[in-house]
Amino acid sequence: MAFALKIPFRRRGETQTGPIRSDGDKRRRMVVSPEGVPIPFMLASRGSRAAALFLDLLMIFGAIIGSTLILAWIADGIGFDFDKEDGPAGRAMQALLIVWVVAMFLFRNAWFLFFELGPRGATPGKRICGIRVAARARGVNGGRLTTEAVIARNLVRDIELFMPLIFFISASVEGGDTEMAGWAGLGWFLIFALFPFFNRDRLRCGDMIAGTWVVEAPKTKLETALSVGEAARGRSQATGAQYKFSDADLAIYGEYELQVLERVLRENRADGMRDVTEAICRKIDWSAGAGDERAFLEAYYAQLRARLETGMRFGKRKADKHSGGA
Amino acid sequence: MNAVTTGIAQRIGGWFSKPSETVVAAEQAALRSDRFRLEREADWKRLDAILKRMEAGRTRGLSDEDLLALPALYRTAASSLSIARETSLDAALVSYLEALTQRAWFLVYGPRASLWSWFRGFLGGGWSASVRGLGIDLLIALALMVAGTLVGWLLVASNPEWYYSLVPGGFADERVPGASKEVLRGTLFGNQDQDGMSVFAASLFSNNAQVSILCFALGFAFGLPTMLLLIHNTALLGAMLWLYHGQGLLLDFVGWLSIHGTTELFAILLAGAAGIHVGRSMAFPGNLPVMDAAAAAGRRAAQVMTGVVLMLVIAALLEGFARQLVDSTPSRLIVGTFMLVLWTGYFFAFRRGVR
Repeated sequence: MAFALKIPFRRRGETQTGPIRSDGDKRRRMVVSPEGVPIPFMLASRGSRAAALFLDLLMIFGAIIGSTLILAWIADGIGFDFDKEDGPAGRAMQALLIVWVVAMFLFRNAWFLFFELGPRGATPGKRICGIRVAARARGVNGGRLTTEAVIARNLVRDIELFMPLIFFISASVEGGDTEMAGWAGLGWFLIFALFPFFNRDRLRCGDMIAGTWVVEAPKTKLETALSVGEAARGRSQATGAQYKFSDADLAIYGEYELQVLERVLRENRADGMRDVTEAICRKIDWSAGAGDERAFLEAYYAQLRARLETGMRFGKRKADKHSGGA
Repeated sequence: MNAVTTGIAQRIGGWFSKPSETVVAAEQAALRSDRFRLEREADWKRLDAILKRMEAGRTRGLSDEDLLALPALYRTAASSLSIARETSLDAALVSYLEALTQRAWFLVYGPRASLWSWFRGFLGGGWSASVRGLGIDLLIALALMVAGTLVGWLLVASNPEWYYSLVPGGFADERVPGASKEVLRGTLFGNQDQDGMSVFAASLFSNNAQVSILCFALGFAFGLPTMLLLIHNTALLGAMLWLYHGQGLLLDFVGWLSIHGTTELFAILLAGAAGIHVGRSMAFPGNLPVMDAAAAAGRRAAQVMTGVVLMLVIAALLEGFARQLVDSTPSRLIVGTFMLVLWTGYFFAFRRGVR
């Protein structure tokens, strides 16, 4: 309030409050690669992490059930007899039981480990949700994801996730107070489940100890260039009309508007392009026609970009239509 | 003119079969930033293809030239990104290059080695180095374990009722205060003909490993739960020691225990020390930011913990088999001492320049 009173006069167009940070801005972290190039990392949203975990647990559960069934099927083939321990069937049963115990241990502890050490740095669940594990930046400098880090983050998962479950089961097996155990387990679980809500980088305990974070896996497709087509040279292929804009026509917009225009062209929706065409024509005082919007917009895009990039090379950038500059 | 340029438009975003066509396309482009893009696009596409193969886990299928080119292509992409940011307003291009550089970064600076070669380095010095790296925390854990044993002994000695609260029901079948010497002796010797020991060993291992992982993982709460867990578990040991001491079987019990116990207790010591290490580095991070200190300690401790799991496998094997096969106190003591010397030697005398 005091701040608002201090500057009652301000230049028109300058907003008083800072720009509202969108969710994307809040999740973006600029990390400097070892070569000194800043690269944006998008932290994974908590929702997608929860979904990934759920999928993984589902898969682990399926794998456990599946392997148990297979082993039971083999055991059935051998014939259940724990009594005749000396016979070959008894020994085979023992071997199966060992395999089962070890398999359970591995499913519980090695699933995440194995997949996160792979080249994708993600378990199957994470891959489906489009996220991966990466080394957390120290300051601004990105690091290398090490084997030890992956081990550490997954050992801690054990107490975050499986402990309350074990706690509850052991209480009910030993005939303890299951209600109390249930509440305690729930409290325990909530502490860890809510942990990512109480720090900036959305780390869970394991991430904190291992020095990792979970980020969105980068998308891979290169879109075609918009500014190399025939229409971008100013000639419409549909109507053969030539669009040539004067300096004054191009001077009203900046980089922000250029990117909006690029998005509109890539979406390629007729009504969206018509609206934008009308808006531009109103602004630059052209009479808006109909039927050739795409060619018009591509021409405007290419010429605006050429103008802004020329400005850029001379160190004059124009962020948006409100700012001065080129 | 028309035909040429539509041909270019089709070719953009695709592979260029010949470099000369790239040059032609680049010269046709009106914008300088598009010429920049067209000239380098082949390199980016090549990097993209290599990355795609590697991400799918098909590194073996890559040719040697591609593998050797990877770091260079990565740096090309990184420098292209820097240039594009300063000269191009093609948002799609910049975000593509950002993604490409990031993907290449993950692979070029990814987990350094295969799991197998990491494991070799781990056994060949990495493990013992990180155990030594725990430093004073080893002593703290040892002191806590000794204190826990003493506390267990003293508590039960002052009031045998404590025994029942210290030793969980599953453990103490016939081993309760007031049991006769013969009964207790029977629990220590003469179990050679028991079967099903291999299953017993496997489940023992699974159980112990889980406890030690817990011991480590609780370290994040500044190590306090780890300390409590250490004391609690060794108090049980102290109570048992007291029980057998009462019937003059202390040495026999120690022998029975030592055959696997030297390995198992050592492993628990390491797990506890790892937990305390993490907790202490968070409470007293020194010159580093807390998060960095925790991360550094966590990585070292994780390496120790992998070793702990290995030690517990060995302990379970010793417990499941060797204890039943070796049935006299002196030879049990010899095996136990041998294991202790082996571990101590491996951790503290085996130094090799790692890294």
